Amino acid sequence: MAFIPHTADDVREMLSTIGVGRIEDLFDEIPAALRCGPLEAIPPAASEMAIGRLMSERALRDGRPLNFIGAGAYEHHIPAAVWAITTRGEIYSAYTPYQAEASQGTLQTIYEYQTMMASLTGMQVSNASLYDGASALAEACLMAVRANRRSKSMRILMPTAVNPTHRRCVHAIAGQQSLKFEEVPFDPATGQTPVDALERHAGEDITAVVIQQPNFFGTLEDVDRLTDWGHAHGALVIASVNPTSLALLKPPGEWGAQGVDIAVGEGQPLGVPLSSGGPYFGFMTARLEHVRQMPGRIVGRTVDVDGRPGYTLTLQAREQHIRRGKATSNICTNQGLLMSAATIYLAIVGPAGLERVAAASVARTAELVGALTRLGGVRPAFSGARFHEALLLLDRPVAPVLEALAARGIAGGYDASRDYPGLGHALLVCATETKTTEDIAAYAAALGAVLGAARAA
Amino acid sequence: MNANSTATPREPTIFDLSRPGRAAAAQMPDRAEADIPAGLRRKQRPLLPEVSELQAVRHYTRLSQMNFSIDTQFYPLGSCTMKYNPRGCNQYAMLPEFLGRHPLAPVALGQGVLACLYELQEMLKDVTGMQGVSLTPMAGAQGEFAGVAMIRAYHAARGDHARNEIIVPEAAHGTNPATASMCGMKVIEIPCTADGDCDLEALRRVVGPQTAGIMLTNPSTLGVFERSIAAIEQVVHAAGGLLYYDGANLNAILGKVRPGDMGFDVIHMNLHKTFSTPHGGGGPGAGAVGVGSRLLPYLPIPVVGRDGERYRWLEERDLPQSIGRLSGFMGNTGVLLRAYIYMRMVGREGMQRIGEYATLNANYLLARFRRAGFEPAYPARRATHEFILTMKREAREHGATAMDFAKRLLDFGFHAPTTYFPLLVPECLLIEPTETEAKEALDGFVEAMIEIRREAEADATKLKGAPYTLPVRRLDDVRAAKQLDLTWKPAA
Repeated sequence: MAFIPHTADDVREMLSTIGVGRIEDLFDEIPAALRCGPLEAIPPAASEMAIGRLMSERALRDGRPLNFIGAGAYEHHIPAAVWAITTRGEIYSAYTPYQAEASQGTLQTIYEYQTMMASLTGMQVSNASLYDGASALAEACLMAVRANRRSKSMRILMPTAVNPTHRRCVHAIAGQQSLKFEEVPFDPATGQTPVDALERHAGEDITAVVIQQPNFFGTLEDVDRLTDWGHAHGALVIASVNPTSLALLKPPGEWGAQGVDIAVGEGQPLGVPLSSGGPYFGFMTARLEHVRQMPGRIVGRTVDVDGRPGYTLTLQAREQHIRRGKATSNICTNQGLLMSAATIYLAIVGPAGLERVAAASVARTAELVGALTRLGGVRPAFSGARFHEALLLLDRPVAPVLEALAARGIAGGYDASRDYPGLGHALLVCATETKTTEDIAAYAAALGAVLGAARAA
Repeated sequence: MNANSTATPREPTIFDLSRPGRAAAAQMPDRAEADIPAGLRRKQRPLLPEVSELQAVRHYTRLSQMNFSIDTQFYPLGSCTMKYNPRGCNQYAMLPEFLGRHPLAPVALGQGVLACLYELQEMLKDVTGMQGVSLTPMAGAQGEFAGVAMIRAYHAARGDHARNEIIVPEAAHGTNPATASMCGMKVIEIPCTADGDCDLEALRRVVGPQTAGIMLTNPSTLGVFERSIAAIEQVVHAAGGLLYYDGANLNAILGKVRPGDMGFDVIHMNLHKTFSTPHGGGGPGAGAVGVGSRLLPYLPIPVVGRDGERYRWLEERDLPQSIGRLSGFMGNTGVLLRAYIYMRMVGREGMQRIGEYATLNANYLLARFRRAGFEPAYPARRATHEFILTMKREAREHGATAMDFAKRLLDFGFHAPTTYFPLLVPECLLIEPTETEAKEALDGFVEAMIEIRREAEADATKLKGAPYTLPVRRLDDVRAAKQLDLTWKPAA
């Protein structure tokens, strides 16, 4: 069932037009020695009905646990209209908008998206999306090297409180171009990155400083002082931010005296389902002066030959299909469909709705922390103010606890002791607006039972 | 259809529709107090639209109607493999349990999705003839990045640090040289022969102890099968370099030839081309990589492994020499599920029919164009799944360029072919019909091209003004780049 419409008559006519006897003859330029046999590992064709049943069985096996994991991907309510529209064939099955006249829908959506993201982050320009938050941070580091012409060192200060998976991804991608990353430790009492930790690098040639807000522990950083330190020392400042949080938190464009230079983040919280990790999208915004160093597609508004407004891809001289080996990035396909979903999400929830989502998430997490720390053997790791995530310390190893919770249908958080062994039995938990007081009570009861059973054993 | 009617009206921006205080009330969670220190709070609300849910739905529905798409038009877009995206793939990849699963949830709560990904890895190994597959790259270009990074890691592990050059044919996709640069490599371009094969003499001249590898697409971007592939393989491997296969054109040879059997060490596949996941107006794609035995230890993580009946993620401790992580979690998992469903529906025999019927459609189109007097760029060659026409005669005699044909085609309801790529063929149209188009669609496309040529012969200025029937006519790209207008601003 290969979705091939040809009838036997079609094939006969077509072969006769071409002037060959068999389809096989069309492959006569391929050396015979290279031809392959049957594809043994591919099962015989399944009908849509059969594969639908298989997928439904597998989905049911995975179930729908009550989720308290964040750690870079966040469960939020997605209005039904978002994906009802996003999966319309005219959006879902359209190509990259290179033919502008036949792609005004996609292009105008990107222009609206750029406007929303620039405003949300307090920056002047936005691109049309990158792959995800982790790779967007890598692209931001590479962009900072191009944009900071006073710096020759290609050294970037990277707080340990930045998402550890993002840091690994940045190493894998930007490390290919010899960028060097210096770890900046956090304060073990507050969970924040102290300005004093940056001070150790005063007088050195630093290309850029990365600041994640809220940081991986959910703790709020003193972004004003960190940003000002970076600028005072000749570095560009890269913000890595959660877009939902920006409804309540000071946007990167207003951090410190001048605002940051580049802001990136994981766009998933804006209307994109968790989906085991993707597809998500990365966003990137920047000061106007850096726009020509940006990677990825950018849409501009212009006019057509009749003087009517229209939208088109612009500044393409930055991109691989024009500049080839000298492009700002190799990125071509990005995450257009997710960008569309996010734009529709933001249009539907609006500024007031996003504020409510953010505030409810903060309040629910506070409630969760309260409920869990009332149990014996659970305490908060840090004293700093937080957003919608918190690091807790247990009195025993986290992994078996999470396994026991999973058996009770609860995804209880992220085992942060894998990335931060020095912290002890660290569990990162998150509650968003999707969690009710009953959900939180159910989690607390389950955790209490699991810890109690472990203590008794 | 009237190909000369005036354009349809435009849609205002969502910000023009916004009114202070309007909101989609059903989407509002209850008001809650957030305890945020005053110095860290936002002072002014962001510029997000204040509209009703209906206004948002209507606005984005109307915008969607301004797009061409596979569901509405034929896309003979060379090198892009714009085939039908079966709806079943979408529906069953979007089951609520799959959508709701957190990527860091315990694997005990993900055996269903991991089973699909594991089986997808196995199927992709088989169709490409490779030894190992990693699904994590999120697009073709990231797959390329993974491939070149693995080549680099392979040489580095052997202490072979001088190998810093990647050879790329001049007809290659722009992502190839861009990727090599992004991996800190020097790009060496080599020419093609008049028949569209790689220039072997030029290749022999540039290989040496500095050669890290070569990046090739086969069939090439010229729409022909690279006949000297065996010789290329010998030259590059003998020089100590590795061979990279750009899978952009895998659809042409599916079930016929496998890159692994051609001697390639690493390949990326564009699942959004060959395995029919949607292009989404510019992504998401998925750029799975396959490797031969030399590069197995370097695959990007995570990879899905199996211990008996239990699936799990293979990470740093399992693959200590891996080039590392390219994404925050597991690439574009939802896209991978769509590709999995597609491959299962197509099945073993269907997989071979794809290459056959994609090639049949391309050769039929080429034969019809040839009979109609259009000029193929490589007349002595078979088309693969795509082919190139050159419009240099039409440009010379009537002043009608490839771009004029492309824009006028839009008025006839056909998406334009790929124009001006590859760069070395003047006035070129790269045409790829794919196997999912019926003969009637192909015939309609040929008739439209003949009609447009007739218009060009009569008066090429008509073409210069095209398109006429779309929401906008030709746009001022120079103004777009000079007077940057990248965000909406309220009227002063």
